[in-house]
Amino acid sequence: MTTPRPGELDRQLAEVEAEIERLRRLSREQNLSLDGEISTLEERAEELRRAIFTSPTPWHIVQLARHVQRPRLVDYVSALFTDVLELHGDRLFRDDPAMYAALGRFGGQPVVVVGHNKGKDTKENIARNFGMPYPEGYRKALRAMKLAEKFGVPVISFVDTPGAFPGDAAEERGQAEAIARNIEEMSRLRAPVIVVITGEGGSGGALAIAVGDAILMLQYAVYTVISPEGCAAILWHDATRAAEAAAALRLTAGDLRALGVVDEVLPEPFAGAHRDAEAVFAEIRDALRRHIAVLRQVPAAELVNRRYAKFRRLGVLHEASEPAGGRR
Amino acid sequence: MLNWLRRPKYGSLQRREMPSGIWAKCPRCSNLIYRKELERNLRVCPKCAYHHRLSAEERLALTLDEDGFTEFDAALTSADPLTFAGYGEKLGEARQRTGRPEAVIWGEGTIDRWRAVVAALDFYFMGGSMGSAVGEKVARAVEHAQATRLPLIIFSASGGARMQEGVLSLMQLAKTSAAVGRLHDSGVPYVSVMCDPTTGGVTASFAFLGDIILAEPGALIGFAGRRVIEQTIRRKLPDDFQTAEFCLQKGLIDMVIPRGEMRRTLAGLLAFFGGPRAEPPPVPAAAPEGAQAT
Repeated sequence: MTTPRPGELDRQLAEVEAEIERLRRLSREQNLSLDGEISTLEERAEELRRAIFTSPTPWHIVQLARHVQRPRLVDYVSALFTDVLELHGDRLFRDDPAMYAALGRFGGQPVVVVGHNKGKDTKENIARNFGMPYPEGYRKALRAMKLAEKFGVPVISFVDTPGAFPGDAAEERGQAEAIARNIEEMSRLRAPVIVVITGEGGSGGALAIAVGDAILMLQYAVYTVISPEGCAAILWHDATRAAEAAAALRLTAGDLRALGVVDEVLPEPFAGAHRDAEAVFAEIRDALRRHIAVLRQVPAAELVNRRYAKFRRLGVLHEASEPAGGRR
Repeated sequence: MLNWLRRPKYGSLQRREMPSGIWAKCPRCSNLIYRKELERNLRVCPKCAYHHRLSAEERLALTLDEDGFTEFDAALTSADPLTFAGYGEKLGEARQRTGRPEAVIWGEGTIDRWRAVVAALDFYFMGGSMGSAVGEKVARAVEHAQATRLPLIIFSASGGARMQEGVLSLMQLAKTSAAVGRLHDSGVPYVSVMCDPTTGGVTASFAFLGDIILAEPGALIGFAGRRVIEQTIRRKLPDDFQTAEFCLQKGLIDMVIPRGEMRRTLAGLLAFFGGPRAEPPPVPAAAPEGAQAT
């Protein structure tokens, strides 16, 4: 996808960053001391960043959600859980490295962890298919969640995916069926389910592990029915208008909280989670502790009823006084 | 001289108008078909068996018993919750064109007098896309089937979730699938019929959750779009990729049923489920075929 025309501040920041890079190279190669010039430019860059991230646009937030340095599933797992035992495979076809499933402990209590497994660099991302699962990934996650039901322990699900993998093999093995099955089964799983949307919540591929009792979302994560690029390409035949589409789709945590899709927004450090991952872990740890404590008290049948009601009421309807358009 | 010049022009004008009136052109084999013959053949091309797309009303008219359908929630429609650019106009156009407020019809009907809750999506209404209202109506159909214990039949024809309602459309996947989950728990049968096309969010929710899944011949069925897949895998896909027949071969659906046999097949399934059957209508003369007294 092409990068959209950046806003004026973004353009200036890109220029300043390029200039800093150029001066650094120059000083290295020619053994010159340009520290004064560089630090002036760095101050300017910081100023611009501050201006941008004081009120980031939806498109800035999309970029933060996709940031390469953003904490990944493995970071959350090692920071938040102990005695982790990773589970593998869907028992049907193969082990999908784009989806993670594990038994572990949270605050000493046993839990099941599932999540999209994006890589930290290109090599990892190729191995894990950029966190885009095949059907067997969703089936592995469902298998782990059914274990949680059987063992009577909560599920913690971490969402961070561009979407389900759009490939021929994925289609042949029933990508749609796997997603539909997960959504259905999660809606009636007799165990507490807490969902944390940490990065990209990409459509059905995200929802397939995101039906839960508490839906938490990091401040600069996004959750959307279609990528801004895809939306712009369909609506305006122009993927470069993604920034506009990002605003129209209402995909930020604040928007989703207002629409009732998300229960709680977890604040991030200034300019994104990667600036201070420990602070983000602390926020998630605190939220999980609170929600698990509450949900543990709810009997399974009541839990399932409440979860049904929660999703049942989502949407905005209009009751026309008479059928529009008249008869044909 | 003047007449000689005018005549061919007049003639060609007439010829161009003909296909939209008496003749229909098959989009697959390009043959011109006498429109009445096409209608008689349930809008299946007599030359190449291409199943023309049907509106939801046409679908119900072809499949259900005459006068056997009661529609519910006819006036329920989507609002524009995100005030999404152009959505209001698109909804207005679709309503004007189809004479319907939304992309789905649901109600109670009978097939060979077997009673069922029936819903049909309309591809001619914004591509049959699922926004809040479509999700709500499908969920209500599912809940009504559970409450009445009548078998549920859903005819899908949809491009997927309705982008213009953003994540609220995505949430309709959860709403409808959760409702189907309860239906499954309650033991009420659900037959999903996938018509051309059934793709995206509708496949990733209620359409693939049927106890029995039928499809019309040649119907496009899949989650991701062909172009996206081709760009991702950098290969051309075979022509039959994501067709009903392809899905049957891959084990994703139960049966591919030609339109002419759909009624009989559904009646057979409803008879198997053994659900309630409407009283035969008081027939003065000979009973219609297949309507023998029980």
